[in-house]
Amino acid sequence: MTDNKLIDLVNITKSYGDNIVLDELNLYIRENEFLTLLGPSGCGKTTTLRIIGGFENPDQGQVIFEGKDITKMAPNERQLNTVFQKYALFNHLSIAENIAFGLKIKKKSKVYIDDKIKYALKLVNLDGFENRMPDSLSGGQQQRIAIARAIVNEPKVLLLDEPLGALDLKLRQDMQYELIRLKNELGITFIYVTHDQEEALTMSDTIVVMNQGYIQQIGTPEDIYNEPQNAFVADFIGESNILPSIMIEDKLVNILGTNFACVDTGFGRNKPVDVVIRPEDIDLVKPDEGTIKGVVTSLLFKGVHYEMEVSAHGHDWLVHSTDLAAVGSEVGILVDPFDIQIMNKPESEDEEAVELEM
Amino acid sequence: MVKKFIERFYVGFILFFLYAPIIILIILSFNNSKSRSKWGGFTLHWYKELFKNESIMNALYTTLIIALASAFIATLIGTAAAIAINSMKKTPRTIMVAITNIPMLNADIVTGISLMLLFVAMRYTLGFTSVLISHITFNIPYVILSVMPKLKQLNPHTFEAALDLGASPVYAFFKVILPDIFPGVLTGFFLAFTMSLDDFVITHFTKGPEINTLSTKIYTEVRKGIKPEIYALSTLMFIAVLLLLIIVNRRNAERKEPIRKM
Repeated sequence: MTDNKLIDLVNITKSYGDNIVLDELNLYIRENEFLTLLGPSGCGKTTTLRIIGGFENPDQGQVIFEGKDITKMAPNERQLNTVFQKYALFNHLSIAENIAFGLKIKKKSKVYIDDKIKYALKLVNLDGFENRMPDSLSGGQQQRIAIARAIVNEPKVLLLDEPLGALDLKLRQDMQYELIRLKNELGITFIYVTHDQEEALTMSDTIVVMNQGYIQQIGTPEDIYNEPQNAFVADFIGESNILPSIMIEDKLVNILGTNFACVDTGFGRNKPVDVVIRPEDIDLVKPDEGTIKGVVTSLLFKGVHYEMEVSAHGHDWLVHSTDLAAVGSEVGILVDPFDIQIMNKPESEDEEAVELEM
Repeated sequence: MVKKFIERFYVGFILFFLYAPIIILIILSFNNSKSRSKWGGFTLHWYKELFKNESIMNALYTTLIIALASAFIATLIGTAAAIAINSMKKTPRTIMVAITNIPMLNADIVTGISLMLLFVAMRYTLGFTSVLISHITFNIPYVILSVMPKLKQLNPHTFEAALDLGASPVYAFFKVILPDIFPGVLTGFFLAFTMSLDDFVITHFTKGPEINTLSTKIYTEVRKGIKPEIYALSTLMFIAVLLLLIIVNRRNAERKEPIRKM
């Protein structure tokens, strides 16, 4: 990844009728970056991708590609290729003809095209599939062909619209590794759209969390997971306890009536905030050793860990632990200061956007 | 066993009643006797007579030209219309589909008379072109009907995928969309062709005195008394349609083969 801005979205606004899908969105994508647009359905992530691909025109704003305004450019003139959600292979053409589609339009020589087909099929681990027809392939294979068809055109950017959405879990995980490998081998920029937070965390250099047409947070997977900026991000990425609290002073926060030490500063004094504590960051100890006491109300075995709910100070705390505490037993809750993440309460304009269904 | 026998018998019974009239017609076309109730031996006489009869041959020629031309033009217009309707929003689309369906359910006599009135009101001389225009008109809905389901099955992203790979919209349509909907277009064409061949009522009202299609020709002949040439003619028409059907079905069966032999 370099620091060169490859694509710059400036003040993009898009609405369908009364429904505003994107509201003054600003985002830049760097050369050779794996950037993921992550959010629930209807958050505007696919619309953003379609605007970059040229399939939608923004009502306002500009798409800058390598310093040039391409907002009005037709999709067939853009130097980027898309992998669509349901593969969109051409069913009446063989795999080789599918892959050659873009190259034939560019009037490449037969030798060049044949070479490229071989290379692309090798890259997606489907050597020898040249003469097969698309509907004789499995979903995962079709998806790889869709990727091969896009990359033979040597695009500067590959746009991927939930490409793994229709695959089963095991295949999805395999394809995640494949995509990372492909990206490294090709050295091009990937813009990836998904609603699956695990996919986003695994593959991305940068994650853009979106909701209701607004960008909620941009950051590395670690940033997004460990330091969510608001309750929406915290809730959407992984599981979390989100607790309304008051910042007493620097490094001291009052959560549900009890003071906890933390490491955050600069929030002011006696200011209402939201606190995020990840379930795996809560230690269950003997009742007297914890900061607060609670009673275990439910217990589920999840394989890697137990998932427990602990009722304490009028809130059900979600706890992931490899140690078991029986239902009904009294426990103490202990949280390390650096595991307490303080977030500002959402502000006026975004208030609706980060509203949670809790 | 008994159950199976009854099943077979029942199917045979139905087929017999469906095809008995046509079989009798075919037999009579080879009958060396003008009587309809007496077998006078095998002959091809009526076929020879048929091909010698210039007015029937003219009618056959007109019928084929009109059927081919109207089916072809209706297929062009109907396919374009289906694509437009398919890309409409939900409410206008439902309305348009309903509007295009009505002419199919409408009684032929109403369509025929209203077309005739329209031509007369526009002072358009009834003749070959008025019949052609009428046939195109009533054929378009059948084409739309057979193309629409194919368009619905289409992955909405295939067109975009073609654009994405550098195709112009026109190239993308002919290279990607048309091959996918082509079975529907072909069905529409054959349906329109058959409808046009088959039509009597609408042609009767819009043809004027100068020309005749087979159906109107047969109608006038029958009023003078049925000649066995007509049996021969009908037999030939039946066999032509049968062959057409077999060809279409063969084509469709081959299309389903997933692996292409190169």
